[in-house]
Amino acid sequence: MAGRIDEAQVRHVAKLSRLELTDQEVAMFSTDLSAIVEYIEKLNELDTTGVEPLAHCLPIHNVFRPDEIKPSLDTEAALANAPQRHDEYFKVPKILDDGSGA
Amino acid sequence: MAEFDYKLVVGLEIHVHLAARTKMFCGCEMAYGEQANTRVCPVCIGMPGVLPVMNRTAYEYAVLTALALNCQVASFTKWDRKSYYYPDLPKNYQISQYDLPLGGPGYIEIPLESGRTKKVRITRAHLEEDAGKNIHTLGNFSAVDLNRAGAPLLEIVTEPDMNSPQEVGALARELQRIVRYLGVSEADMQKGHMRFEPNINLHITRDGQLHKTPISEVKNLNSFRAIERSVAFEAQRQLNDFRETGRTLKMGNKRTYGWDDVNQRTVLQREKEEAHDYRYFPEPDLVPVEMSADWLAEIRARLCELPLTMQSRFAVEYGLSDYDAGVLTADRATAELFDRAVKAGADAKRVCNLLTQTGLKIANEKGCTVGQLGVDAESLARLAAMADGGEISATAATAIFVEMIAAGGRPEDVAQRLNLIQKSDAGEIEAMVDEAIAANPEAVAEVTSGGKKSKKSLGFLMGQVMQKSKGQANPKVVADILNQKLGL
Repeated sequence: MAGRIDEAQVRHVAKLSRLELTDQEVAMFSTDLSAIVEYIEKLNELDTTGVEPLAHCLPIHNVFRPDEIKPSLDTEAALANAPQRHDEYFKVPKILDDGSGA
Repeated sequence: MAEFDYKLVVGLEIHVHLAARTKMFCGCEMAYGEQANTRVCPVCIGMPGVLPVMNRTAYEYAVLTALALNCQVASFTKWDRKSYYYPDLPKNYQISQYDLPLGGPGYIEIPLESGRTKKVRITRAHLEEDAGKNIHTLGNFSAVDLNRAGAPLLEIVTEPDMNSPQEVGALARELQRIVRYLGVSEADMQKGHMRFEPNINLHITRDGQLHKTPISEVKNLNSFRAIERSVAFEAQRQLNDFRETGRTLKMGNKRTYGWDDVNQRTVLQREKEEAHDYRYFPEPDLVPVEMSADWLAEIRARLCELPLTMQSRFAVEYGLSDYDAGVLTADRATAELFDRAVKAGADAKRVCNLLTQTGLKIANEKGCTVGQLGVDAESLARLAAMADGGEISATAATAIFVEMIAAGGRPEDVAQRLNLIQKSDAGEIEAMVDEAIAANPEAVAEVTSGGKKSKKSLGFLMGQVMQKSKGQANPKVVADILNQKLGL
């Protein structure tokens, strides 16, 4: 296989996605993802000269809601699926970054 | 070591919380200081299968701000996902606008200390959602509150057009004034409604060659003082660093700092290598926004006169000092109160004094703005007119204003109630002047002889008449009659 996605790329993306992969999985994803990319590349054969870029597949726009308050979840319900909690907070492993870089 | 010229170069990235009632993509109420995780729903805590829907008000607030910043408003925008793996945004991406922001290039005019203004170019303005809050009090764990997750956030990016800490501070303050005038944000720094991230470096000229120092980005500043001080600190730190190492800007050597307010210094932040690999891609869950000319005109109609325009108009048209004009235009309600009172015929300087001296003091005590003191422009104008016409003294005008704030009422009624109407009736005052002259022949002689005590004696006679009137005679009328009687 011509390997469009090499193992280093798989490891990089896995790290970004907080995924832990075994060496075997890295090799497998490298092969699988390369095949997928290769398949998608078929689209490049299409002549798109003069075709407007498409931002969304639906032919609609401006779907808004009014600025009206809707009931929020009960805190217990919101925390129900949390692996860990501390009082009314979600409890997670310590975050190194200040986490407010959004 | 050879000395050199250098220029400080700063650009800003600013996040402004828009004052919509609900979040950007769900109906959860925007609230500050509420108990953790009480303003959350499946959309903003990132449950699978949910769909975001745009908040129209938040979108229009963003467009209104872009217009006020002279930005080109895009007729077509879309949404993108910015990959972001932190628990404070549990979808694992932030909805943002990447290549098609709603606001294109523009500029903001900022006031400088010299009284002049400066245009700082705006690169872009786009909408996104805020992350939640991480609280680090649990040792090896962090506590996450998602009440803020999904809050509508306008990101504004400027060009690196600022050249001093003061200019950076001035831009921050001017932007706060603008968004408050527009009513699109409370812009309360303490509540984190505005957060600033300056990008700072130096352009150093040595031996005819230009050297640029590595750029520092200081994250998450939320006080004007911290903004100015962190920029000043970085400038000095970079200057020292360049002297010692000669290090200059290269691809990828931009570093991120935090501001340590206790020690008043920037602190290098530990960052993950891949932190900036955001892998943007189009958000399939949201459809694009098309801004029609009609819709844009409708939003444009909501623009108001902007604070700096008003400030310079007050200085030029009404002859106020730049300082007074600045105080009056600090908030929109006060500026409009003043403007309407003057347009209703009041003397600008007199209204300005009432508002900036007496009014501001009371407002500060009450913790509100002058515009919120409950005195309307028409009453204020009549009060000023009464003082101008000599019906009341300047001191009385202040006392009446204080009482109008405390108890309300028309200035005429308050003046009557407090017995502060000046007597200007010439007949009545003439009688009192005659009495004073008759009772004080020595003083009269002193005045008419033009001796060295004549001025003092005239003042004494004047005082006698004022005393007889219990302080209610119009001093100007008293002086006129007294002068006339004494043949001065």
